[in-house]
Amino acid sequence: MSDTTLATSAPRKRSKRARPRPDFWAWLGICIVIAGLLLAVFGPMLAPYDVGQIVPGASQFMPPSSETLLGTDVLGRDVFTRLLYGAQLTVGVALAATILGFVLGMAVGFSAAEVRGRYDDFVTWLIDVFLSFPPILLALIVIAALSSDLWVLIGTIAVIHSSRVARIGRAVAMNIAALEFVEVARARGENLLSILVREIWPSTIRPLAVEFGLRLTYSILFLSSLSFLGLGIQPPDADWGSMVKENLNGLQTGAYLSVLAPAFAIAILTVGVNLIVDWLGSQSGRSISEELTK
Amino acid sequence: MTPLLRIEGLVVEGRPPSGIWVQTVNGVSVDVAPGEVVALIGESGAGKTTVALGALGYTRPGTRFKAGKVYLEGREVLTMSPNDRRDLRGKDVAYVAQSAQSALNPAIPIGEQIAESLMLHGIADGKEAMKRSIALLDLLDLPHPEALAHRYPHQASGGQQQRIMMAMAMACQPKLLVLDEPTTALDVTTQIEVLKAIKDVIRERGTAALYVSHDLSVVAQIADRILVMNQGAVVEEGPTADILARPQKEYTRTLLGAVKPKPTRDGALSEWNPAAEQKPILTVRNIDATYVKPSMFEKIGREQHVLHDVEIDVFPREVLAVVGESGSGKSTLARVIAGLHPPLGGEIALDGQVLPAQSRQRTKEQLRRIQIIFQSPDQSLNPERRIDDAIGRPLELYFGMKGSEKQDRIAELLEMVGLDPDYAGRFPAELSGGQRQRVSIARAFAAKPDIILCDEVLSSLDTVVAARVLDLMRQLREEHQVAYVFISHDLSTVASIADRVAVMYAGRIVDAGLTKEVFSPPHHPYTQLLINSVPALRQGWLEDVIATREASAGMASNVMLHDPACPFRVRCPLVIDGKCESEPPPKREMGQHHVVYCQHNEAELAEHQRLVD
Repeated sequence: MSDTTLATSAPRKRSKRARPRPDFWAWLGICIVIAGLLLAVFGPMLAPYDVGQIVPGASQFMPPSSETLLGTDVLGRDVFTRLLYGAQLTVGVALAATILGFVLGMAVGFSAAEVRGRYDDFVTWLIDVFLSFPPILLALIVIAALSSDLWVLIGTIAVIHSSRVARIGRAVAMNIAALEFVEVARARGENLLSILVREIWPSTIRPLAVEFGLRLTYSILFLSSLSFLGLGIQPPDADWGSMVKENLNGLQTGAYLSVLAPAFAIAILTVGVNLIVDWLGSQSGRSISEELTK
Repeated sequence: MTPLLRIEGLVVEGRPPSGIWVQTVNGVSVDVAPGEVVALIGESGAGKTTVALGALGYTRPGTRFKAGKVYLEGREVLTMSPNDRRDLRGKDVAYVAQSAQSALNPAIPIGEQIAESLMLHGIADGKEAMKRSIALLDLLDLPHPEALAHRYPHQASGGQQQRIMMAMAMACQPKLLVLDEPTTALDVTTQIEVLKAIKDVIRERGTAALYVSHDLSVVAQIADRILVMNQGAVVEEGPTADILARPQKEYTRTLLGAVKPKPTRDGALSEWNPAAEQKPILTVRNIDATYVKPSMFEKIGREQHVLHDVEIDVFPREVLAVVGESGSGKSTLARVIAGLHPPLGGEIALDGQVLPAQSRQRTKEQLRRIQIIFQSPDQSLNPERRIDDAIGRPLELYFGMKGSEKQDRIAELLEMVGLDPDYAGRFPAELSGGQRQRVSIARAFAAKPDIILCDEVLSSLDTVVAARVLDLMRQLREEHQVAYVFISHDLSTVASIADRVAVMYAGRIVDAGLTKEVFSPPHHPYTQLLINSVPALRQGWLEDVIATREASAGMASNVMLHDPACPFRVRCPLVIDGKCESEPPPKREMGQHHVVYCQHNEAELAEHQRLVD
């Protein structure tokens, strides 16, 4: 029962955090997401045609052939090419919007939890206002008022996320802000940024990682919905949601692939992210603050 | 006579998450005769609770029985069907947990919770069960049992909750009770009332008990026999009187040696009077504080204050202890001084210079000079940051240290608190509680402060570990000429380190002065109650202390926070009817620097006060 150590100086070593091993399903999810990211980065380079290019000599809704692996779409463009380009916009916009939404939401939520008082009351009220709008309606209004510029899209989805992230972030940070090491930091005279970034943020990673995955899934679906409604990515650019919309008529003429390929792409990516989320969730069954206050 | 409970060669294994099975209990045998109280004693991690739970045929998650047999009245508990075992629990053997607060269901009224097990075991139904639970509350000396039965657990005090747990356990008249540190989380004053209730009930009903505790003084009051455990094995076993008077094994002697003496042993008390020759470094004047949020529509009433007009001085290099029961406001006082909780009014000055109320308005230099160390080793270090980061932060912040200069200083500080510099790269989770508390001390000393506020820094450590950390703190004070404001509920520890003591009750300081003077009569009746409530390491102490008027007054624990009159009057054995409830107690100077707030004068107090040793 010794609380001191007499061990002599072995080479200084820095401890590493033990990382739990992903199981089969988590690995599957990780592979899918990595594949999605690779497609987003390198997809356009692999594409045999340009995104808006009509395949020479092709007509609309042609079946798959050696030239057009997944056939052609409503305008005679290569579905495979557009799927690869679409990966970039779908994954890119969803990821950018989620990250932006998280940064914004955590900044607001954490600072509210730490500062408290009037600021907290105001932030909570603001979150409530945002949460009271149906997200798709909010997006419709903003996009109608501004434009469906890429950055407006990202910004809108980010703001929608941020109100939810802020609420969860505030709740998680409240528990941590009450712990003694945060009190010590305050008594030491650390500034707000340092308390949020150094003391609170590291302990919130685990509970918020799950939320990040869910929000990413939601972004993919939300962007696809907007595009399907014609408010998202505008032609001739392609994302998976708009591809589904453009080629809906193909379902009647038997060119199923032009619709099903992007739809499946959305589904697979979403499931992939969710597999990771499930695993993360099972790992962080208890949040750090719970472990500490048990 | 066949024993009621016989545990034979019990082996229990435990497995840390994703680790291999390790034996935590290595072949322990215990016999408990009908009506006998057997204590399991040892440090945390000795396997006491694991053995005690074995009597219920229960293992905690992550542990399993490897070998051994448990017989209750001749029936093998470990091999019986889960249904039989479920029937056994509560009816033949019942369990009382350490924390009543987490063991009671907050959503069900107290009476119903007690009635539940009667109904579950088919002993009584509905009305009859309710009647019996009220009778049980009465049996445990709980005030107004009928009203209490309809209240919810949070409406009862900590000591009452513990007795409610006891009532639940006794409901089906079990033959054996398993008590797991039932008084450890309580104040000494409350501990007496719970201990007395437990003792009375098991004597009256002739119930046998397995009493798990780390506290020999407590066990001495209640146990017939003691089993000393260490690292999963029984070290020594014998009648209580023999273990206390003639321990055979070295380990038992170590445990007995670690029991702190009563705070009244004169020899150990500090002889130094810090107030005699120097000016205070920190002055705290007229501090009022509350946790109620200020609102536009309501004024904060005095009843919502947690600190009332608190005044203390801290002198250079002294140890000033602040003592009192939980809820007396001592931790709030530390937080106010540190600038973590802005007071409603009053003033704190460092070297005559008034400090801003909030830490973020204070200058770096002011912040550096006052450091704070908290109670819980699990919480006081950021679990996601390495040790060198924790200790290095004040070095960066106050002295702008970087790179190798900083690393060298961190290594120096670690060595200073008795830790290997190698620990710099580790995470807090890799350290034991005592080691983490040492890191917190190193972090505080990194700032080269003049005052360190120590908020219950030893109370979550094992006795032996706590004693070593206390030694370290004593030594560091000598070397670094720093003053401690030592907040604690543990009077024995305070007696061994403090030069001066301030006693707090209901947010007020009622007694303050040199340790020697505060701890011996005449002093405030509350101080007397606190000191007499510290258990002594001998049999029969409980009966002696209950025989004095002071302790019986302690049973009515109804804290009045709001009125200007003496808040202690409802518990005070020396209360003067008509006077104590109408007039605020006058400040009386006794001895050199001893101040007592009481209606009685020095001579009157001296006449009535007697310490129970």
